[in-house]
Amino acid sequence: MVSMAELSKHHGSEASARRLKKRKWAEIRLRAYGIAALTLAGMALAALLWSVVGKAGYALSETYINLPITVSADDVDASDPGSANFDGLTKDMLRETFPSASSRSAKRELYDLLSSGASFELRERVIADPSLVGQTVDNRFLASDIADLYVKGEFGELTSTPHKGTLSAIGDEDEVSVSNTSNDFADILAGVKRGLLDQSATLRRQAARQDAGFNVMSSRSGNAATEEEAASLMADASSRATERDRLIALAEDLEARAATAGGTEALDDTTPSVLLKVGTGWVKMSEISATGGKGTPIVPLGANSEQLPPEQWKYFVNTTPEASRKISDSQIVWIETLKAQGAVETVFNWRFFTAGDSREPELAGIWGAAVGSFWTMLVTFFLAFPIGVLAAIYLEEFAPKNRITDFVEVNINNLAAVPSIVFGLLGLAVFITVFGVPRSSPLAGGIVLALMTLPTIIIASRAAIRAVPPSIRDAALGLGASRLQTSFHHVFPLAMPGILTGTIIGMAQALGETAPLIMVGMVAFIVDVPTGITEKASVLPVQVYSWSDFPERAFEARTAAAICVLLAFLVIMNALAVFLRKRFERRW
Amino acid sequence: MLLVTLVLIFALSGLFYTFNASRARSIAGDNQAALHSRPNYHGLYALLWTLISGLAVMLVIWIAGSVLVENALMSDIAAATPDMPQIQRDLILNDARAMSQGNIASTDDPLRQQIAESYGKLAGIHIWMTILASLGTAFVAGSIANRRITVDFRARNRSETIIRAILWTSAAIAVLTTIGIVLSLIFETLTFFSNIGWRIDKFLFGTRWSPLSGVHDGNLDADKVGALPLFAGTFLITAIAMLVAVPIGLFAAVYLSEFASPRTRAWSKPMLEILAGIPTVVYGFFAAITVAPFIRRTGEAFGLNVASESALAAGVVMGIMIIPFISSLSDDVINSVPQSLRDGSYGLGATKAETIRQVVMPAALPGIVSAVLLGVSRAVGETMIVVMAAGQGANLTFNPMEAVTTVTVQIVMLITGDTEATVAAGPAFTLGFTLFCITLVLNIIALRIVRKYRELYD
Repeated sequence: MVSMAELSKHHGSEASARRLKKRKWAEIRLRAYGIAALTLAGMALAALLWSVVGKAGYALSETYINLPITVSADDVDASDPGSANFDGLTKDMLRETFPSASSRSAKRELYDLLSSGASFELRERVIADPSLVGQTVDNRFLASDIADLYVKGEFGELTSTPHKGTLSAIGDEDEVSVSNTSNDFADILAGVKRGLLDQSATLRRQAARQDAGFNVMSSRSGNAATEEEAASLMADASSRATERDRLIALAEDLEARAATAGGTEALDDTTPSVLLKVGTGWVKMSEISATGGKGTPIVPLGANSEQLPPEQWKYFVNTTPEASRKISDSQIVWIETLKAQGAVETVFNWRFFTAGDSREPELAGIWGAAVGSFWTMLVTFFLAFPIGVLAAIYLEEFAPKNRITDFVEVNINNLAAVPSIVFGLLGLAVFITVFGVPRSSPLAGGIVLALMTLPTIIIASRAAIRAVPPSIRDAALGLGASRLQTSFHHVFPLAMPGILTGTIIGMAQALGETAPLIMVGMVAFIVDVPTGITEKASVLPVQVYSWSDFPERAFEARTAAAICVLLAFLVIMNALAVFLRKRFERRW
Repeated sequence: MLLVTLVLIFALSGLFYTFNASRARSIAGDNQAALHSRPNYHGLYALLWTLISGLAVMLVIWIAGSVLVENALMSDIAAATPDMPQIQRDLILNDARAMSQGNIASTDDPLRQQIAESYGKLAGIHIWMTILASLGTAFVAGSIANRRITVDFRARNRSETIIRAILWTSAAIAVLTTIGIVLSLIFETLTFFSNIGWRIDKFLFGTRWSPLSGVHDGNLDADKVGALPLFAGTFLITAIAMLVAVPIGLFAAVYLSEFASPRTRAWSKPMLEILAGIPTVVYGFFAAITVAPFIRRTGEAFGLNVASESALAAGVVMGIMIIPFISSLSDDVINSVPQSLRDGSYGLGATKAETIRQVVMPAALPGIVSAVLLGVSRAVGETMIVVMAAGQGANLTFNPMEAVTTVTVQIVMLITGDTEATVAAGPAFTLGFTLFCITLVLNIIALRIVRKYRELYD
């Protein structure tokens, strides 16, 4: 027998205290894991929402360029304005506005400032009001996606840099040499040299990789089984060594250039862009030193471009290199010129909410997909709700307890966990191929989603019906109601809030479902807003999917905005479900 | 047109409802109580018969008619082109159908135009027959119901029998869906297997997957349908997803059910529900735009070469998607472990952590296992995340930095690709069938475990 003194000594011992501490620590650790898990989940949610909402901002506004255009009677027939070439008219207007854009590529860049839909809108305007023919009208031209993104600051900002020297620019329309009285370009020269260091670092990394390859190859050739193998490995190794030495030499050259102060550095599409505004002209610098350099004029120099005091010239830098943005320096200059004239205007993007799909990001909207979603949900609801509720009533109120009913129950539970894409295959094979339901139509999509939502609705409805107490049924039966009357007149109304809640949650799931709809062809490109359930249509989540696949940068923002709209609908539906549950659900 | 017919049938049944109800009322005259069934049951009886017979006739004539029209045209095509393979004949029929509906066909030739013309004619006859026959039947059914109205007619009992049959049918639709899935998948799967000469082993264990590159006259090359890289890719992404979801979901569930204060629960449960309610396409966008570039950059910072469509990005995001699934299911099972077990453990001097680890967890283990299995089945069948963020080329590797493809990605690519649907359907449906079988087995095991476990403590 253990004496109490022994026991308390045992409990008070250092070993015991250590054990206790360890046990307490284990508890704290478990708690910390739990908190960490929740924090991680919360951070994932926050990152998801942030990345979506943050990207959606660009899609909320669109850019217009206000320019006067002459709708001359020579080009447009007032009796039939629709047949005129408004695209050509718009391009003529652009060329007149910027006559310096004379080469083919420059013209193409110039035309790229406006959306391809801009001239179409002008056409609509003239058709609506033929009296405009023969006049010069101020028109709002929709900017293209790249111009729009530049105005919103996506392709780097053109920052004006302070300067104090006098500038002289001499040259023709191909080349201009620039000289400056104080070291105004020293800062940007230093910046370019820093860029050289980055380049050399990349080269050195590549050289290190070649070096590793050289080591592997030479050690392998040492262990090679045959002479020939060893020789070929050795050859490989030595070619890698040459490549390594070449890269290192290049890197050293760059580093040397970066280390020496002053000198002249060439600017290309991988370095920051330097643009000079000389009087009314614009020069894009191709070579720069601390006190001057060379460049090509984008907008020709004015008559007087020598000995300009600091107020009469400006100097801009865009630190995003031309190669890593979709917009060229010339286009930037044109947009800046238009901006200075006050012609650029940014307004709320109503078009996004009212237009159908388009291949041009600035013209694309979600209205078509939203209407498609509406029709699809309509079909889903009118199929899944009645069938689901009736099935639930049968299973809860009438089904005999036997193996068949058991089988049906297991079946429904399994159906709830079948991957959604399999439902899509079912729709494709059975409804489209066998029953001839039109492909890509809300009808096909709705049927597939109805089958998919059915288990959710049945399970939720059964739970709601089961929650109605038997006393209600007994009372109804006791007053002489038939079993069907009991179910439909008494049990069903009381279970209704629960059933509706389950249905709304099921519908919310269906609204966000994508894969099965892709299977039944709703991923097709459809411009028109669908007007019925048998027409070709797309739906919101599928629109998100197809936009996310487009390479244009502006579609990323549109995709994110479409997601926001989808999430807004889901939030509304779920809030409705919560409201119904809170307001009407009775606990017995 | 069919929609109009549908609306007309409904309208007709509504008319018969009011008409028969009022006729029942007038037959009863002054003594309404003499009627066995109340007038609205007489109306309901007519309504049900009108609706059911009208819809049934419409459906039967529509489907049978479509088949007949197609067969007639197909024999025309076969007569005009005696030695053309069946696939091209199908193509002609499809084109002709598109042309007669005013759409653009792939090619335009006299045969197609002729078939399109006769298709237009037959389709016109077909639709009018459907409309007339279904409305006529509905009318006859309603009239018969009308003639049967007497004071003693047991309209309520008869309507209730019909309604019960409708209830039963509704419940049977769930079973029919399963049967439909299995039949449609099996049919195409068997066609596919016979197409590759019953080399099922090549499908299951072959390592080269490019099914559409080896097509000759509609026959597939058995050496190019090895789906092993797809299974491996699916497994890899699922494994990564579970590595993310199981610890986070499980610890969150343990914390929420055993430690958390009601206030913590009040915000963290909705947070997990939001995570569960976000559509998968949004997760896919997140994976492709945010997570994949992030992982790529991070990898580069450590000198690793990470593919931009790495399995890691898709897997991690899929894991995030499954977290709420695991946590809510585990939360349920942990909560259903009886309090007496915990009290017993506390009474023996165990700390909370020790109770959880040594008492609650073993008791809840079957439920947690089934939650994990259901999570795996979800991850295997998940489509959008992998379509948007995982690779498309079959690549047999277990390196999470590389791009792998999955079963679902290949199904989507085959079905949405440009290849003739009849060729692409074979491998796509076979993959679908494999997917269905895998998830079905997982679900059945999981549901069985849950059921067994429930019985233990109830």
